[in-house]
Amino acid sequence: MKGMPGARWWKFLLWLLPAAFLLVFFYQPLAAILRLAFSMQAESGGQSFPLGLVADTFVFTFWQAALSTLLTLVVGLPAAYLFSHFEFTGRKFLRIIALLPFILPTVVVAVCFNSLLGPRGWLNVGLMALFHLSEPPIRLLNSLPAILLAHVFYNSSVIIRIVGGAWSRLDRKLTQAAQMLGANPWRVFWEVIFPLLLPAIAGASLLVFLFDFTSFGVVLMLGGPRFATLEVEIYTQALYLFNLPLAGMLSLVQLAFTLLIAWLHNRVSLPRYGKAALSAERANLRRPQTRNEKLFVLLTAVLLIALILLPLLSLVTRSVVSLEADRGARGEAQTGFTLRYYRELFRDTTGSIFYVPPALAVRNSVLYAGAAMLIANVLGLLASYALRYSGRVSRWLEPVLILPLGASAVTLGLGFVIVFRRAPWDALSFPLLIPFAHALVALPLVVRTLLPALRAIPDTLRQAAGTLGAGWMRVFREVDLPLLLRPLLVSMVFAFTISLGEFGASSFLSTGQNPTIPVAIYRYISQPGALNYGQALAMSTILLLVCAAGSLVIEKARLPGEELF
Amino acid sequence: MLEIRDIYKNYEGKPLLEGISFTVQAGETVCLLGESGSGKSTLLRVIAGLETAESGSIWWNGEEISSVPAHKRGFGLMFQDYALFPHRTVEENVAFGLRMQGLPRPEIAARTGAALGLIRMDDFAKRAVTELSGGEQQRVALARALAPNPRLLMLDEPLGALDHALRIQLIGELRRILHESEKPAIYVTHDREEAFGLADTLMLLHKGRIVQAGSTAELFRQPVNAWAAGFLGLGTLLSGSVVASEPLIVQTAVGMFQAAACERDWQVGAGAKLLLRPQDALLLRGQPEGANQFSARVQDSLFMGETYHSVLRIGEFALDIQTDTALAPGSDVTVAFPPERVSCLKGE
Repeated sequence: MKGMPGARWWKFLLWLLPAAFLLVFFYQPLAAILRLAFSMQAESGGQSFPLGLVADTFVFTFWQAALSTLLTLVVGLPAAYLFSHFEFTGRKFLRIIALLPFILPTVVVAVCFNSLLGPRGWLNVGLMALFHLSEPPIRLLNSLPAILLAHVFYNSSVIIRIVGGAWSRLDRKLTQAAQMLGANPWRVFWEVIFPLLLPAIAGASLLVFLFDFTSFGVVLMLGGPRFATLEVEIYTQALYLFNLPLAGMLSLVQLAFTLLIAWLHNRVSLPRYGKAALSAERANLRRPQTRNEKLFVLLTAVLLIALILLPLLSLVTRSVVSLEADRGARGEAQTGFTLRYYRELFRDTTGSIFYVPPALAVRNSVLYAGAAMLIANVLGLLASYALRYSGRVSRWLEPVLILPLGASAVTLGLGFVIVFRRAPWDALSFPLLIPFAHALVALPLVVRTLLPALRAIPDTLRQAAGTLGAGWMRVFREVDLPLLLRPLLVSMVFAFTISLGEFGASSFLSTGQNPTIPVAIYRYISQPGALNYGQALAMSTILLLVCAAGSLVIEKARLPGEELF
Repeated sequence: MLEIRDIYKNYEGKPLLEGISFTVQAGETVCLLGESGSGKSTLLRVIAGLETAESGSIWWNGEEISSVPAHKRGFGLMFQDYALFPHRTVEENVAFGLRMQGLPRPEIAARTGAALGLIRMDDFAKRAVTELSGGEQQRVALARALAPNPRLLMLDEPLGALDHALRIQLIGELRRILHESEKPAIYVTHDREEAFGLADTLMLLHKGRIVQAGSTAELFRQPVNAWAAGFLGLGTLLSGSVVASEPLIVQTAVGMFQAAACERDWQVGAGAKLLLRPQDALLLRGQPEGANQFSARVQDSLFMGETYHSVLRIGEFALDIQTDTALAPGSDVTVAFPPERVSCLKGE
């Protein structure tokens, strides 16, 4: 930004707001967690330090993540091949469906699987009616397979996006050159395709591993009491056993390990051969021709439909069908179409102390999401400009901005309750606290959307505008802003939907008095009764539809060729 | 050796190749010359087995190979932008085809070394291909295609991306290598200079058909129609209609021409195009007398080394001629074309 009044100043100002925000709302809570964890070390003198618990939890977290990642690859790689090579009827629809889970809140995913495989889900209710059983025959809930299934559901979209994207841009001439040199299809794959896709596959796998390793909502709601990842253990120790020091210790382990993975991810996923291997445009899709190709397309499509579309459909349909009588409630079992669960959401009734007014949760969530969207985007835009024009000082500051990527939402929630526990700063008296937490969760994705768009604007455009007589404010308005409009829309929708579905940090900060939608859903589904179950389904369906609409906006407004990661 | 029979191929619903047939003999270099979009690259890919034609067949030594997959045809193909494997070194790229044949290591090493020697790049063996210049990449791609000793070598615009001086140098090198290897080769290009520099047989591809095939000299002397003459850049084309057939007289906007360099019979009243070659123009003193002589005004005169390239104006019509001396722009001259040098061609 040459020719700008006090250019250096200006850069410093760009940094000021995001840095101050992170200092107060990220580094301060992080420091508090560190202090707590080490104070426990000092007090106990290592005597009663529950090393076994930490180690066991870590081991389980690690291997369920590894297993989930492996299974995700088994589903994701064929799907990536499918979408990057073949044209078939329903391709667009299937692609949107396959990419949708990524933006879905964890609670919605958990409720989806519950509505399909849970004790009140379609499968069990159907089997019970068919064979006149009194107990649900399938007990998949609260088991490891349920966790794995949800993780695969969630993360195949990551593999499809990253590996599929790279595969469709892989220069087809390279594989043809190998063919011309006498390589059969098998060797073409292992000698050319696989090595060239390896950075994408390794990067995507590490990302999936990271998501699975920090999985919270899915494990909490589908794993049951027998399974706890580090995240779930932090939550249990802090909120149910009030052992904050141990929670802090677990957070520390978690943070260190996720940072390690994030660092590895940055190392392996660098595109290594640049333009030589990836062509700018996507290769043409073709219709499946041989019998094997047709069979492959059919089987993969069926697999995706069963794995992804079925749980989604199951949630939506189950929310408008009543299948059983309220246990303990008077009246006959009414089977059939009903909107009762939706109506009940907005009826003002007061029940037990566990009662969470759903309308209040919806109102809160929308307000929080709006605020979080604005905060994350203002900070994200400033930070992106700061990174775009990073000089020597800024380069040192860059990691400061990147670090929150490694922190999990649960760690954030824990830090917040430790630091902001008294009025006027606690979540009840300070209504912006939850939006602040949500903005922190959304910030990395906002920066990752805006920064590439900003970097894509050549400086010569601004210089041209400058030589034509535009001042720097005018340059921003006439050049930057119009070009950033679409990416800004994308990042706003991102921030909004992330906040709407955020569960990890909210589970620490949101109570019966200031509920958010995911917290309310979690409470409903953990309580007995068909009505509670139905209301959880209804709220999840609403959230699902909002997120689906958001993901459509993102798909349409996304700049072509820009990948998320 | 190679025989192509009646290949038809559509692209996005439109006919691209419409009945292509030709043969390539042992040691012969066939150049397919055509504009971009004429289907020449597609034809090469059909022969390679990378694409399938709607109809037609491909034969090798009397054996049909149309349904043999690409990796079993034993043909070499050098791609337009080389398609070197970015994850392998120069040496590994060249050795790739030899490894696919399952040859023993010492033989692979020896033949890779020989191939690198052929293109004079022995010192580059361990280098990453991404570090090479365009010309170096081109040579590595050639070595990679030649190393497995293919029974046919195909080259798809191999010099397309390079600058002019390098192209001239590499045409010579390619001719040497093609000659030394004694392999049948099909060379696809849109560049006349390359085609004339390399071809034993030249084929003009236009609108999905082979318009003309022959030696470079034949095509140069006897273009089959006005499009071929224009595409080969043989001279200025002038439209007219036949007013007498014996001898052939053509009426044009510029005046009457007598044309004696004609193959076919012409009907009176038929439309025709006259080919006026720059080197056939004569400058006369005095005023024009009779057919084939015209007064013209010099528009421009450019020094081209041995000769001058001048542009004359006859009314609205611009005419390129070659002269030994410079002509003063704006001066008036009388230009003549001997009848036996004027070709009368069918408009496309």
